[in-house]
Amino acid sequence: MTMPLLQVENLNIRFDTPTGVSHVVRNMSFSMGREKLAIVGESGSGKSQSVRAILGLTPGKVTADRLDFDGKSLLGLTAAQWRAIRGKRIAMVMQDPKYSLNPVMRIGDQLLEACRDRYRGKEAKARSMEMLEAVRIRDPERVYLAWPHELSGGMGQRAMIAMMLITEPELLIADEPTSALDVTVRLQVLAILDDLVRKRDMGLIFISHDLNLVASFCDRVLVMYAGQIMEEVNAKHLHQAQHPYTKGLLACLPELGKPMEALRTLARDPAWKKPLPQHPVTR
Amino acid sequence: MIPANDPRAIDDDAMIAVRDLTVSFGTGKQEVAAVKQVSFQVDKGESFGLVGESGSGKSTVLRVLAGLNPTWQGKVVIARHSLAARRGKNFFKTVQMVFQDPYGSLHPKHTVDRILSEPLAVHGIKDAESKVRAVLDQVQLGSSFRFRYPHQLSGGQRQRVAIARALILRPQVVLLDEPTSALDVSIQAEILNLLAELRRDLGLTYLLVSHDLAVVGQMCSRLALMRKGEIVELADAAQLAAGNLTHPYSRQLLVASKGYDRAAIDAFADF
Repeated sequence: MTMPLLQVENLNIRFDTPTGVSHVVRNMSFSMGREKLAIVGESGSGKSQSVRAILGLTPGKVTADRLDFDGKSLLGLTAAQWRAIRGKRIAMVMQDPKYSLNPVMRIGDQLLEACRDRYRGKEAKARSMEMLEAVRIRDPERVYLAWPHELSGGMGQRAMIAMMLITEPELLIADEPTSALDVTVRLQVLAILDDLVRKRDMGLIFISHDLNLVASFCDRVLVMYAGQIMEEVNAKHLHQAQHPYTKGLLACLPELGKPMEALRTLARDPAWKKPLPQHPVTR
Repeated sequence: MIPANDPRAIDDDAMIAVRDLTVSFGTGKQEVAAVKQVSFQVDKGESFGLVGESGSGKSTVLRVLAGLNPTWQGKVVIARHSLAARRGKNFFKTVQMVFQDPYGSLHPKHTVDRILSEPLAVHGIKDAESKVRAVLDQVQLGSSFRFRYPHQLSGGQRQRVAIARALILRPQVVLLDEPTSALDVSIQAEILNLLAELRRDLGLTYLLVSHDLAVVGQMCSRLALMRKGEIVELADAAQLAAGNLTHPYSRQLLVASKGYDRAAIDAFADF
């Protein structure tokens, strides 16, 4: 068996608050290869914090029995070691290009900055233009010189994906990358992401709260509730999910062509919050 | 198909009637027409959806109706009163609005009680306390929420407060600008059910702006699809449910709302 790209065992994230410790991610365990893995859940379920821990970006206290990327542990890395991974081998696309691009830097300069350690001078420029073309920006010259405020949402998100992929990372984390976009633009951006991930043989962690989108876009889905993974399902079979929480979430969605007297709402079972058994430690 | 400008007189049933509404921003070469010759009508007690992507002008139409956009041309009639650019106090007793982002639309330093009493104070309505209690019950929050601040509430609870603020003046028309797009699907279902119940119980007329066809299909009996400031198609709920839309742009939206399909995306056209 080939080594998984990412192996997580019993990941815990805690925040110290004035009212006590808030335990936001509880014994999360999963492993993934070069595939499209979705993490879904409601706001506050811990999905964003858990992937931030993979990049060493959460302000909370992270503990885990295992947090391996490409066979090497990410726990207790120094700042310099993190810099060698963050943005280079693992990259992250944020939710909203309006807030995530530097507003006082041209797109081209931001691309150059992203690949500074790898390419310089003319080569860097050439690579940047290539990347802008790869995310299907029709007029890369114009976008290269544009300021973020001159771009539409879809264009800005494409530019951000270009910046994240220019270093050819092995794992891309996308935290609700398209929820700020219109439906058709959203699908076009996802298609670009899909093609690039496939062509470059990358792993993708896709965070979303859109169950229908995830079912049609990803390979596997982790469903999170209150910091724990409730269920792992094959994306194709999401609609036959077994866990009552997943079923409940799916039932809440209004369905085109089947308007209902009243939408079903989610009855939350306190048992879902109970600690699940820990993952056995594999070393 | 762009509907021909309706020459008929506005019927008595109409709670909202819009004829040839045009809104432009900027002057000279910079002038952009955000809404072009839009006409539609919403009957009393009906729920009407405006669907489109960003830049389609759907929110601008709503803002004109709410009186938030003072410059426009055309004719707008609400509850048989033709509207001018400036609106009187009575207008706001008839028409209220619920905004998209419950995190941005409530004053962070006012308690729920103060947020809800303010419209009453503006209109000189007495007996605020019992009215606040009643409206909190109506949105299924209960009066225990009266002295909380917005930051002590979840997104869904905040949106309930925003709905309560709109209802406390007993309006006839409620304008809803993407009221659930900032909420989780489980909370969205609760808020949509609440809105549907309130409309039934209070005989309200809704104009709902959304980009989500499934939400509009659930909530509205008729809808207009907008693109670049124009209505490209008017349809009713049955047509939408059957996927029976005629304009190519509407059909593309229908395909897009079904999820990720690599082959279909390559066939998308730029409209």
